[in-house]
Amino acid sequence: MSATAHSIENTGKSIWDGGQSPLKASYGKLMMWFFLLSDAFTFSALLVTYGMIRFSHQAYSGTVDAFTFSQEYWPIPEKVFEAVPFLHGMSLPLVFVGIMTFILIMSSVTMVLAVEAGHRMDKKAVEKWMLWTIIGGLTFLGCQAWEWSHFIHGTGGGGANLSWNEYGPSDFAALFFFITGFHGTHVLSGVVLNFLIYYNTVTGVYERRGHYEMVEKVGLYWHFVDLVWVFVFTFFYLV
Amino acid sequence: MHTEETSHVQVVPADKAKIKKIWMTAGILGLITALEFLIAFTVPHEMEMTRVSIFIAMTIVKAAYIVGEFMHLKYEVKVLFWSILIPMIFVVWMLTAFMYEGGAIFDARY
Repeated sequence: MSATAHSIENTGKSIWDGGQSPLKASYGKLMMWFFLLSDAFTFSALLVTYGMIRFSHQAYSGTVDAFTFSQEYWPIPEKVFEAVPFLHGMSLPLVFVGIMTFILIMSSVTMVLAVEAGHRMDKKAVEKWMLWTIIGGLTFLGCQAWEWSHFIHGTGGGGANLSWNEYGPSDFAALFFFITGFHGTHVLSGVVLNFLIYYNTVTGVYERRGHYEMVEKVGLYWHFVDLVWVFVFTFFYLV
Repeated sequence: MHTEETSHVQVVPADKAKIKKIWMTAGILGLITALEFLIAFTVPHEMEMTRVSIFIAMTIVKAAYIVGEFMHLKYEVKVLFWSILIPMIFVVWMLTAFMYEGGAIFDARY
C-alpha cells in the first residue's frame, strides 16, 4: 500500500496508469458485474418484446368481472394466473405468484447474510445461510414447475402451447414460456452455482484460501436473478 | 479435529447494526410487494395509466434497493457505479423505440 502511494507522489501518475485497481474490486467481481450488465440487456430485450407485441394487439375493453378468454384481445393477467396448489377451483388471482415473489426475495436476503458471514470468516454461518438460499431457490423452481404445468394443461379450454392458447393470442403463451423459462433457467443455474459454493464452504476451501469472495460473486448473480423476477412480476403479472 | 482446523481462523462477531440493516431492506422489499398487491386489487382497471405508473415507480424503487444494498453497488467506487448504470440508457431507448413500433403495428393491423 505505502509503496503505491509513494510512487504516485513521486511521478504524478493517475490511478489508471497501472499497479493498482482503480475500481477497488477484484477481476472476478468486475467480470461478474459486466456479465450481469449484458444479461440485463438480454432480459430487457425480452420484456421490451413483450411490451411491443402487447401494444400491437387489441386490449380488452369491458369490465373486469365480465372478462372471458378470447383470441381477439390480450388477456388480463390476474384472470389467467389465479390458481393455487391444493386450492382447486378457487379464484385466487396472483396469490401464487405473490408467494413465489416472497420466496425469491427471502432467498436473496439469506444470500446477503451468507456474504456478510463470509466477511467475518464465520464458516458455520455461511453454511447455514447458503443452505437456506439453496432451499429457497429449489422451492421457487418447484413453484414454477407447478405454474407451468397448470398453464399448459389449462382450465378446460385446451390449455396453452406454442401454437394454441386458451387465454388469449398465441403470442401471449409463447412470451410466457420464453420469459419465465429464461428466468427459470437462470434460477436453475443459480442453484447449481450456490450448491458449488456451499460444497466448497463445507470442505473448507474458502477458509484455507483466507477469504469468501466466491460467495460474493455468486451472490451478485443470485441477487440479479431476484432483480429480474421483480421486473417480470411487474410487467407480466401486474400490468 | 474440527477445533484444530479452525483454531487459526479468527471469526469476527456479527455487527448487529449491519444485520439489522439487511433485514430492514428485506422488510421494505416485502412491504412494497404487499402494497403492489393492494393497488392491483383496489385501484380499478379503468385507471390503467395510474396503475401502470405506480407499478413502474414501485418496481424501480425495489430494483434500487436490490442493486444498491444487496448487490452493494451504492458503496462501490463511483466509476464502477456509473459504468453499470449509464449503459442502461440503451435499454431506455430500446423501450421507447419498440413501444412506438408496437403502436405502429397496431395501427397497421386494426
